[in-house]
Amino acid sequence: MSAASRQVRAWASLLVILNASVVFAGFIAPYAPNEQNRNLPFAGPTRLHFVETTGQFHLRPFVYLVVSTPGSVDKYEEDRSRRYPVRFLIRGARYTIAGFAADRHLFGVEEPAKVFLFGTDQFGRDVFSRLLVGAQISLVAGVLAAGLALSLGVALGALAGFYGGWTDDAVMRIAELFLALPWLYLLLAVRSVLPLHIDPARAFLLLVTVIGFVGWARPARLIRGMVLSAKRRDHVLAARAFGATDMYVLRRHVLPQTAGVVLTQLAVLVPRYILAEVTLSFFGLGVAEPVPSWGNMLAAVQRYDVLTSYWWMFLPGIALSPVFLLYYALANALHEHTALLSS
Amino acid sequence: MRYLSRRLAHGFLVLAGVSVLSFVFVALAPGEFLNEMRLDPRISPEMVAALRDRYGLDQPLPLKYLHWLQSVVRGELGFSFAYDRPVAALLWPRARNTLLLTVPATLAAWLIAVPIGAWSASQRGRWPDRVCAGTTTALLTVPELLLALGLLVVAVRTGYFPIGGMRSAAFAELREWAKVKDLAVHLFLPASALILVNLPVLIRHVRSSLIDVLAAPFIQGAHARGVPPRRLLFRDALRAASNPLISLLGLSIAGLLSTSLVVEAVMSWPGLGPLLLEAIAARDLHLVIGAVMCSTLFLLAGNLVADALLYLSDPRVRADQV
Repeated sequence: MSAASRQVRAWASLLVILNASVVFAGFIAPYAPNEQNRNLPFAGPTRLHFVETTGQFHLRPFVYLVVSTPGSVDKYEEDRSRRYPVRFLIRGARYTIAGFAADRHLFGVEEPAKVFLFGTDQFGRDVFSRLLVGAQISLVAGVLAAGLALSLGVALGALAGFYGGWTDDAVMRIAELFLALPWLYLLLAVRSVLPLHIDPARAFLLLVTVIGFVGWARPARLIRGMVLSAKRRDHVLAARAFGATDMYVLRRHVLPQTAGVVLTQLAVLVPRYILAEVTLSFFGLGVAEPVPSWGNMLAAVQRYDVLTSYWWMFLPGIALSPVFLLYYALANALHEHTALLSS
Repeated sequence: MRYLSRRLAHGFLVLAGVSVLSFVFVALAPGEFLNEMRLDPRISPEMVAALRDRYGLDQPLPLKYLHWLQSVVRGELGFSFAYDRPVAALLWPRARNTLLLTVPATLAAWLIAVPIGAWSASQRGRWPDRVCAGTTTALLTVPELLLALGLLVVAVRTGYFPIGGMRSAAFAELREWAKVKDLAVHLFLPASALILVNLPVLIRHVRSSLIDVLAAPFIQGAHARGVPPRRLLFRDALRAASNPLISLLGLSIAGLLSTSLVVEAVMSWPGLGPLLLEAIAARDLHLVIGAVMCSTLFLLAGNLVADALLYLSDPRVRADQV
């Protein structure tokens, strides 16, 4: 196995793990994403302690009860009279994973203490829990939208390249119109004709559809070019001479040659579309509160006091970077891999 | 010149196509601006009907499009319901502001990217190249939304830069030079955001196209004949690599405009981006179409400039057209 294909494997499996773990968000998150603690708005990340005030060391980390400092809105101090050890597989809020209800959480502490790994937002909701559940929206929207855009692109591109003639002209002229607009303007234009306020579940589907629908043109162009060159190869012409039908030739000989490019495009498009969802939700045109998405969580920093005072509110945006890095690395590895194969 | 006029005609066709497409889209839209008015008890149904008539909302689509075309010819680009004035009057100052932000940012990004990319290519595989590759990869993973927000925090923390906006409150009273200075201070952070988003892509392309050229026999030959490396790199190699780079300029404009939309909205730079977002929130669809057409115009104009540069710089392109 070459170095390139080993790399492809490594990055792809990391991404599969990331996307699969999103399914278990409810289990990993210590609290329900919408559970409010009105007495704890903008509490910073809860400190995990190992050493008690008496100097005694504990291997199991523990937290103290956090109470607001008298006379202030967002200052907090620890009540060090009792320690609350972090417990694993603790009972808590109910959640469902793929239809199965459960109430065990990976970790947590006994009430009334709380463990907020990434602090809380303006309603005292746990940012860490919201980040995990929000990933179900933001990361999955990117994957689904990229899947949709590529399916449309491959179908139309193959159609145009394979049949040529007026089909080719029509598809490519329309693609040109889609590419003549800066893509975020195009996305917003399509979004603008749809209702403004819709419930989160429909908003999610709508976003995926709109983003996927807007993105078909570029992959269609790429695939068309590949199909054009593939259909003139000798073995394809030979298959034709033996009387193979269009569908057979497309499926067996033409489309498999585009697989490398399609996969690379997938790795390039997913982060773009994750960002598209985040951007739209940030501007209030996507998935709306109270359902968390990384975009509508990040929208909180548009408030001046949040922007300047509570750094943990940036985490939904900062979390994008490692995700993007994984996808870029995969795209690079795939690109090198296909370049090696074709040379 | 025939080459350029053909490109120009093509641009017009695309623009017309985009306008038809957006009208069809808008026609499919559920709900319109006057719907909210209908819910208002203070406005009588007759009033709404009169307004519908005045704005021609009940006409069939081709007729609506024709009316719009007429208003384009009059230089109005349709009518904004929310602002109660022609779209063009709203659009031009915003479009100018977007250009004021994107053009200097693009120039600066290229001026920074070309020497860094060239240097990185000449040091290929050595540690400066590695550092450069690492930095660009890191920058590439930072989304423009986060970058703009981060720079806003910098503005607040340091206090050196204004927090968003384009002018100080006392702008009108300033003298000529002070006005320019004020504008430059306001421009600095949004432009930095645009530059930082574009740099990694540009540097990588400059580097890879120069690496291709540096391996070419004529460069190797010149090197063997003792042409100084720096002159070789910046005069000969860069010139030979200019074709893919100018093509990249055309391609990068679409991304630049999209990035600019986000940066403008986050840093409240009064450009096209915030106008489009406001228009969407107000369901002012003529204004949406106007903003979209304007961005398309910018993109086409940018591509045309790139084509013209290509025509001027590359004799092969000229030879093709004869």
